[in-house]
Amino acid sequence: MTTVVFIILLAIFATSLYGAGGTTMDPCLESMKTASLPDLPYAYDALEPAISEEIMRLHHQKHHQTYVTQYNKALNSLRSAMADGDHSSVVKLQSLIKFNGGGHVNHAIFWKNLAPVHEGGGKPPHDPLSSAIDAHFGSLEGLIQKMNAEGTAVQGSGWVWLGLDRELKRLVVETTANQDPLVTKGTHFVPLIGIDVWEHAYYPQYKNARAEYLKNIWSVINWKYAADVFEKHSRDLDTN
Amino acid sequence: MAIRCVASRKTLAGLKETSSRLLGFRGIQTFTLPDLPYDYGALEPAISGEIMQIHHQKHHQTYVTNYNNALEQLDQAVNKGDASAVVKLQSAIKFNGGGHVNHSIFWKNLAPVKEGGGEPPKGSLGSAIDTHFGSLEGLVKKMSAEGAAVQGSGWWLGLDKELKKLVVDTTANQDPLVTKGGSLVPLVGIDVWEHAYYLQYKNVRPEYLKNVWKVINWKYASEIYEKECN
Repeated sequence: MTTVVFIILLAIFATSLYGAGGTTMDPCLESMKTASLPDLPYAYDALEPAISEEIMRLHHQKHHQTYVTQYNKALNSLRSAMADGDHSSVVKLQSLIKFNGGGHVNHAIFWKNLAPVHEGGGKPPHDPLSSAIDAHFGSLEGLIQKMNAEGTAVQGSGWVWLGLDRELKRLVVETTANQDPLVTKGTHFVPLIGIDVWEHAYYPQYKNARAEYLKNIWSVINWKYAADVFEKHSRDLDTN
Repeated sequence: MAIRCVASRKTLAGLKETSSRLLGFRGIQTFTLPDLPYDYGALEPAISGEIMQIHHQKHHQTYVTNYNNALEQLDQAVNKGDASAVVKLQSAIKFNGGGHVNHSIFWKNLAPVKEGGGEPPKGSLGSAIDTHFGSLEGLVKKMSAEGAAVQGSGWWLGLDKELKKLVVDTTANQDPLVTKGGSLVPLVGIDVWEHAYYLQYKNVRPEYLKNVWKVINWKYASEIYEKECN
């Protein structure tokens, strides 16, 4: 009888070591959260005429969704590779994770960077971001001009960013290639505004005229979100 | 007999004949947009007339214009001995010059169905494809898969000859194939930038890649292959 109980207890103990996937997994990895497509905070046509409904729909339901799907797939593959100790595959997967994970991260920020006009889209930022912009770029117009020039100049696919350099406590304008998040340009960079300059972000409406898209997008930029993020990080910097 | 084929220079020279003119006594050549060898609507339904028109008249033209601007600035920088400016201009030259090179080849890589578009390659290229990829279908499958996987704006899925073998390769942005190897000769390139297909295929790049083969001009690729092999 004691032997039977012992065997049963041993079986229970052994099962507890195994995750639901049936592998000897560190419980932390086992509960890896997958990504999901965030809802848009506004209707697909709410950013017209700056960005068409057709673009917003394709951009959100197709492009962003694909990044989420491929990212989750890559994470699952990563989990298996790590469990197998297959370091070659772990390294090989980084490209897919960076591209699709970056795509998810960037677009999740992008939807918050935009707002319908009647919800404040295009309204200039409040302080302290407003003063910081004037200090670093002379004026809001100066910043916009710089971002438009750099966004237009991106060779191929990428993003143009307004970021906060937490280390140097200053605003920066940066561009990244493909789906590289801003953090790839500096681990201390915090994205405030990102503008997608991949052709899919504007082509059905603006065709090759990227500069025109950049000129118009400012009428739906959600400065409130950017100002809130800036204020939060500025507070954190002050208290450190 | 030379094993390595430095034919990329020959290919570029061929482009220069049709689309350049001399500027200034120093002989800096500038470039002009080559004409399409067919009507804008001639590749339908594989590639829409709208795409062909914008792709040629806007995108390729912009590369030509900006390439010429960069070359003129380069000329000035070289004259002034401004090495910093010379180096700084390389990015604009590579991007816009590459855009011009790549698209000039691309228009020749395509042909209307009634002019042989989609017709499989015969002769030595056909045999080489079977040898290296098993079959034309095998090659098409490989190129379509690699084209679909390009992260961002890839170019140039090239079927190429190096040390007497065909290769499939991808390049980023407007990098010409030669950036992957000095002795690589482009035979077939497929533009996978979104502007090449978005108006018609939206985000479904694999569908564009599936259909573009119907208008690929294998005759041109065969001619280049035969020329480079001799």
